[in-house]
Amino acid sequence: MAFDDTTRAARAPRLSMRTRRALWVWAFLALPVLFYGVIRFYPTLDAFRLSLTNWNLMSPPKFIGLQNYREMFASPDFWQVFRNTFAYLVIGTPISLVLSFTVAYFLDRIRFGHAFLRALYFLPYITTASAMAWVWRWFYQPAPTGVINSVLGALGIGGMEFLRSTTWALPSIMVTAIWAGLGFQVIIFMAGLRSIPQTYYEAARIDGVGDWAILRKITLPLLKPTTVFLVVFSSIGFLRIFDQVYNMTTNDPGGPLGTTKPLVLMIYQTAFNSYQMGAAAAQTVVLFTILLLISLLQLWILRTR
Amino acid sequence: MAAADTTTPTTGLPMPRIRPARILLWTVLFIGGMLMITPILFMFSTSLKTAGQIYDLRLIPAEPTFANYIKVLSEGEFFRWFLNSSLVAICVTLSNCFFDSLVGYTLAKFRFRGRQFVFIAILSTLMIPTEMLVIPWYLMAADFGWLDTYWGIMFPGMMTAFGTFLMKQFFETVPDDFIEAARIDGLNEFTIWWRIAMPLVTPALSALAIFTFLGNWTAFFWPLISITSSELYTLPVGLTSFAVEQSIQWEMIMTGAALATIPTLIVFLLLQRYIVRGVMLAGLKG
Repeated sequence: MAFDDTTRAARAPRLSMRTRRALWVWAFLALPVLFYGVIRFYPTLDAFRLSLTNWNLMSPPKFIGLQNYREMFASPDFWQVFRNTFAYLVIGTPISLVLSFTVAYFLDRIRFGHAFLRALYFLPYITTASAMAWVWRWFYQPAPTGVINSVLGALGIGGMEFLRSTTWALPSIMVTAIWAGLGFQVIIFMAGLRSIPQTYYEAARIDGVGDWAILRKITLPLLKPTTVFLVVFSSIGFLRIFDQVYNMTTNDPGGPLGTTKPLVLMIYQTAFNSYQMGAAAAQTVVLFTILLLISLLQLWILRTR
Repeated sequence: MAAADTTTPTTGLPMPRIRPARILLWTVLFIGGMLMITPILFMFSTSLKTAGQIYDLRLIPAEPTFANYIKVLSEGEFFRWFLNSSLVAICVTLSNCFFDSLVGYTLAKFRFRGRQFVFIAILSTLMIPTEMLVIPWYLMAADFGWLDTYWGIMFPGMMTAFGTFLMKQFFETVPDDFIEAARIDGLNEFTIWWRIAMPLVTPALSALAIFTFLGNWTAFFWPLISITSSELYTLPVGLTSFAVEQSIQWEMIMTGAALATIPTLIVFLLLQRYIVRGVMLAGLKG
């Protein structure tokens, strides 16, 4: 049916309706097709092209082959940023998933005040990340100002450096990011839990299977698609972390000593502080490649289910 | 399996419910939930304190005052930034509701040559991270004179693959008979979409609207890049510049942060049901 030609269709009056419909279709799609072409596909190709040039906005771009990539992979700064980015991902994702699953699993059994409790956990997710980053930054300040250090001080625990420490700054920022994303994951896990048919549980209970066994043998396996989705979603979120880091380290973005700098902040600085558009484009290609690999991994895992 | 019987019988259906465990569980979840909103509570609390009171960590200020709010709103450009954010978020939301639905409907309800191609092409843009596009967008915007304009902030988000995919999923549940009946009645295709199909997918449409609005309201990366004049800042970008200026005047920074957060909280409190349901819908379909 679909290969009925529009020119042929015009001759027969019965088919002219098909022509008219095709005209409607492309009238509907004209602007969107233009948009996706110009605002999505062209820039993607352009990013690849720019990554092979030495453009710095001053002189016209010159093709330099893979030099940007060679320099990037030879630079210790890049590898530090790479390690930081994966630290956010590799530590942040499991922690946030375990936390959100635990909350969802128990919250699912609560009837009294369910919506209220759920709202408490969900609320941080809809706040403005950059604004809340400043609140957390204030929390992490040294003793008289910072809430956390004041509480620790009252408990007799000495001041923590948090954002000023090369060791603790990254975990401190990561906590902020986990906090901001937790509510979303709780809701998705709860939706996943609800979608498991009650009959499985009833059957298991009649067989005298305990809670722990039900969790391991029924809940978790049936929740796999949800979990995979959240692992991917959360990983992508951590790979693209920017708002929190930028706002919590404005006096030395990505500091102290670059220990909190993620890939996106490096891209931002290379492009819009140093105006090395070519080098920055090469960094975005690296980000793209990692995200692509994660998405493919997700597809592969869900295929072999 | 049988050994599992020894685990705590908290929720074992045949056994009588043990109430204390329930109460304990509720209390633990409640404390966790309160911890979750502690930063938000402290932000509001401190915004109501004077500079001299901020070391007093009581959650309820001894002498609450709106002086900070008056100062920030009268001296700063917050009101302007608030309007900028509203304008940008509303325009982008309307555009997404219109175009994502239109494309989603077309892909769901028409059989035409190139349909699969268009669908895959749009879907594949989900794989492209915004960060990869900002440099070309920046150069494009510079060429067209869009930098430092409202349109410059808005243009990259006028349509999204996510929204299109979401709407397509929902339009597929609209029975073809409805559409055929409308065709027989002589309605044109645009009217069928707008008057017949759209009202049938309002839950999805409201979810899309809420997400797009919140996403654009809180957006930081692209507005930070594309805007240089402070009178065109969106609220998050304005807040950052304001907070950097205030340096260690935390009560002022908290006031600014509160001003940036209040609208999202209002949206949440008004539309809580839709938001939670929308997250579930979008998360499971997307």
